[in-house]
Amino acid sequence: MSALTVKTVLTSDRPVLDASADVQISIRDLDVHYGANHAVRDVTFDVPRQAVTALIGPSGCGKSTVLRSINRMNDLIPSARVEGEIRYHGVNINDPAIDPVIVRRNIGMVFQKPNPFPKSIYDNVAWGAKINGHKGNMDELVESCLRRAAIWEEVKDKLKESGLSLSGGQQQRLCIARALANDPDVILMDEPASALDPISTLKIEDLMRELARNYTIVVVTHNMQQAARVSDRTVFFSLNDQRQGVLIEAGATADMFTNPRDQRTEDYITGRFG
Amino acid sequence: MTHRAVSGTPPMAPPMHHARSDEEIARALTSTSSARFSERLIGYALAACGLLSVLTTVGIVAVLIEEALQFFGDVSAVDFLFGTTWTALFANGSFGVLPLVSATVLIAALSMVVAIPVGLLVAIYLSEYASPRVRAVVKPVMELLAGVPTIVFGYFALTFITPSILRKVVPGTEVFNVMAAAIAVGIMVVPLVASLSEDALAAVPRALREGGYGMGATKMEVATQVVVPAALSGIVASIVLAISRAFGETMIVAIAAGSKAQIADDPFESAQTMTGFMVQAFSGDVETGSTVYKSLFAVGLLLFLITLVLNLISNRIVARFREAYD
Repeated sequence: MSALTVKTVLTSDRPVLDASADVQISIRDLDVHYGANHAVRDVTFDVPRQAVTALIGPSGCGKSTVLRSINRMNDLIPSARVEGEIRYHGVNINDPAIDPVIVRRNIGMVFQKPNPFPKSIYDNVAWGAKINGHKGNMDELVESCLRRAAIWEEVKDKLKESGLSLSGGQQQRLCIARALANDPDVILMDEPASALDPISTLKIEDLMRELARNYTIVVVTHNMQQAARVSDRTVFFSLNDQRQGVLIEAGATADMFTNPRDQRTEDYITGRFG
Repeated sequence: MTHRAVSGTPPMAPPMHHARSDEEIARALTSTSSARFSERLIGYALAACGLLSVLTTVGIVAVLIEEALQFFGDVSAVDFLFGTTWTALFANGSFGVLPLVSATVLIAALSMVVAIPVGLLVAIYLSEYASPRVRAVVKPVMELLAGVPTIVFGYFALTFITPSILRKVVPGTEVFNVMAAAIAVGIMVVPLVASLSEDALAAVPRALREGGYGMGATKMEVATQVVVPAALSGIVASIVLAISRAFGETMIVAIAAGSKAQIADDPFESAQTMTGFMVQAFSGDVETGSTVYKSLFAVGLLLFLITLVLNLISNRIVARFREAYD
């Protein structure tokens, strides 16, 4: 990644992204309304390619709403109205003329609560590839996705068992494997570890770092330590005085956690509110 | 009093004074309250109601078994279960129940050919495609269909389905025929299948649908490949319930299928079901205590056993396919 400026910071030996990083998705003037409720106002930021971007902020600040706008999941909520531009491979995917099904095949998603399908472990991974017309060897694809989601060793002898028979942490890694089977280039994660125990959480975090070598990851988290541990870039949201979600600041994670520019960011990351 | 303000440095909060002493609380704890008696009384009354329904069922089964056993004194169980001629109302008639069973099974099976696809499609439409406003109107209207007296369906089959549809398609259709009855029974149980299946589909967590959409699945793929499999236990339960209902249906088949007790091999001919025979016999003048009279109970017992087995199968299937969502 030539666009990365490599510099070592206090808490991390990871390269730090600067503003010139290669951009995968650029969001401009995003507004989201739920009926009469103006939930997200005028949000603009860039998501760098093959890196982890963390969206953080207090409850109700609209970070999940922003995340769900990126793969048009808000289309499923009848009262939701999303305005603004989300540019991805040169296309504004928020344009109503763009088929959300195609968007979601390229921008995968992992949800807050593990939600494997009531199918076998094998079919959980194979299903997405099947409906998207995968032509290659399905066994190989399933194995490779399970390996990349760091769960192959745990499930290789019980691929025919229900995905629901796994523990919560395993289910979440199965859901990540499922998302990988579509060969997406972006994976959105909505608080992927908030329903998991600390050990499973660490596994998911390691996996996110590993996946960022090949995929662009956007993760919503309410866990400051997690954002600091896994992300290259952090976007901080908060509520304005009309209780609308607004972007306060965005920047390299190491910078933001050591040297926040905005008082509200500092208050939040030091635990003074939120 | 054991609770006193601690003297010395001024406390942050004022001292707390409990309204009741330790002795008062101890007395309250050990006293038997008369209010508890009414609680127990309500418990007994409710248990009595529950017991009443259990006793009624036991009583009905006991009567069925008792009379049926007397019947098997006159006719051997083998002749009854495997005989292919049912001429119970004739003098020296024979009591081979297979014609009645065959008509019952054929009508139930054909009715499911109508009820399962239509009921499931309606359920999928209501749960996955219809807007909340459409669902709020359509579902209650559809459930009204379940309140239509079955005799109306019987006349509908006899005076509309047979002359206006079946005879146009298959000219040789008899006035009383299995097909018209089966179609009417199928229509009658559509609301049952649709309503219960819709409940099962609606109970599938939203998170699972989002998982499907998040994979780039279309609405059709999510509905048929994620939501329906996840709701399978409820859907199967609704179908088995509909089959039981079709087996026991009486009025429609008595009116539309006719009373010719013959092995049902042609759906466009008349045939008599188990319930159809029972209606015919009870509405005629059957002598109490006669073999025909007792045969009614044997047929009733057999019908009861068939429905019981169906319900047991249904319970097994529901337990087998149930997915636990919290």
